[in-house]
Amino acid sequence: MKTILTLTLNGRARTDLVPDNMLLLDYLREQVGLTGTKQGCDGGECGACTVLVDDQPRLACSTLAVQMQGRRVETVEGLAKGGRMSRLQQQFHEKLGAQCGFCTPGMIMAAEALLRRNPDPGREEIKAALAGNLCRCTGYVKIVESVEAAAGGAGQ
Amino acid sequence: MNLLPAFQCHRPATLEEAVRLKAASASARFVGGGTDLLVNLRRGLGDPAALIDLTAVADLATIRRDGDELWLGAAVTLAGLARHPEVLAAYPALAEAALAVAGPTHREAATLGGNLCQDTRCIFYNQSEWWRQANGYCRKYEGDKCHVVLKNDRCYATYHGDIAPVLMVLCADCVVFGPDGVRRLNIAGLYREIGSDHLTLAPGEVLAAVVLPPAPKGRRAGYAKVRIRDAIDFPLAGVAAALTRDGDVIGELKVAITGSNSAPLAIATDVLSGRAWNDETAPILAQSLRKQASVLRTTVVGASYRRRVMQAVARRLVDTLWQQD
Repeated sequence: MKTILTLTLNGRARTDLVPDNMLLLDYLREQVGLTGTKQGCDGGECGACTVLVDDQPRLACSTLAVQMQGRRVETVEGLAKGGRMSRLQQQFHEKLGAQCGFCTPGMIMAAEALLRRNPDPGREEIKAALAGNLCRCTGYVKIVESVEAAAGGAGQ
Repeated sequence: MNLLPAFQCHRPATLEEAVRLKAASASARFVGGGTDLLVNLRRGLGDPAALIDLTAVADLATIRRDGDELWLGAAVTLAGLARHPEVLAAYPALAEAALAVAGPTHREAATLGGNLCQDTRCIFYNQSEWWRQANGYCRKYEGDKCHVVLKNDRCYATYHGDIAPVLMVLCADCVVFGPDGVRRLNIAGLYREIGSDHLTLAPGEVLAAVVLPPAPKGRRAGYAKVRIRDAIDFPLAGVAAALTRDGDVIGELKVAITGSNSAPLAIATDVLSGRAWNDETAPILAQSLRKQASVLRTTVVGASYRRRVMQAVARRLVDTLWQQD
């Protein structure tokens, strides 16, 4: 069974024929070719597949692609504008928040959602917003510092 | 994780259409945010021919006031519930419990109805296909033997929802919509003590809304939850309490628990009415908890710890409510 899916992906309208049982994660990675969104635990526990849906963070591994009908989806690939990293991405780069890099797209998208809602969050708010994102390098200090450094000027 | 089974996904715009679609397919399942159901389906737990996505039914995603009652649509997300001004003002314990569910990203997707109707859990059930197969499956799904309770009279999988016990102590009702019309029942009536069939919804019925009665003056309520990782996990023990003080004695105390039985459970507290809350009366609540809760080896954490920690957090929660201004 397939459905015609029309959505806005990283600011551009798209229409695709997708199987009803296709996960948003597989749609992004396999059908569209946006592999920035990572497949981690694949069971809704680690946050590596976090994308934004209408500005809110969502787990692409436990969302059906067809549920995105008419929605606005953003992946980590959508943040850089004109080849320049967003302020948040730049701070992950400069403050060494990327570490091994696997959880980074999910961390950045969860942090991006927070900064859109609250451009100047405190450390506790940052930690709460990233609570569903696991880093197996076991270092959250650099990640929180990166988001703190980007706070006050998200999206610039 | 497995691929999802080859189901058809319907996205009805009205509840009537959703119920009609359900009537057409016996194995069809309703889905909200998918944080419980989709993960289970990928573990091979279920093989529905169709999913009926309720998140496109606009009426279900609203919170509205009707007289002195507050109606919460079943497709309201937990994040939306936790930041709704009327919920925060009159029922802060409900917002507290919603914020205690999983992580922030789950709460943006997970719905109130999905949380209340979430599947029961067990270490012999929430496992991969090969794990369950190696164990000869279990009574909850595809097998005929319970590995937790050997007398095997029923499935003992545990209910771990955080919202239901709070709604029970707030005396909420739920509204169920089905092919034969609408019925309204109290939250406890939604559940029964059978792990493999813990919801009393008839085939074809769907949970449409939760109705909160007006909050009595002076009532304090709260929710205490114990879990392995405070940022994300299901409750090992969850206790909801609502207390009305009558001067120096308890006017009314309601307590409900989760993470212990196959259904959320109201705890008998009548004998505490008219007495002060102190070191002498607190053990009465602990005794009721011991008597009614039936904590078994259904999680990786041992049953005796879960029993004891439930009594401890219940004491601490009622202590806090008793001292609140």
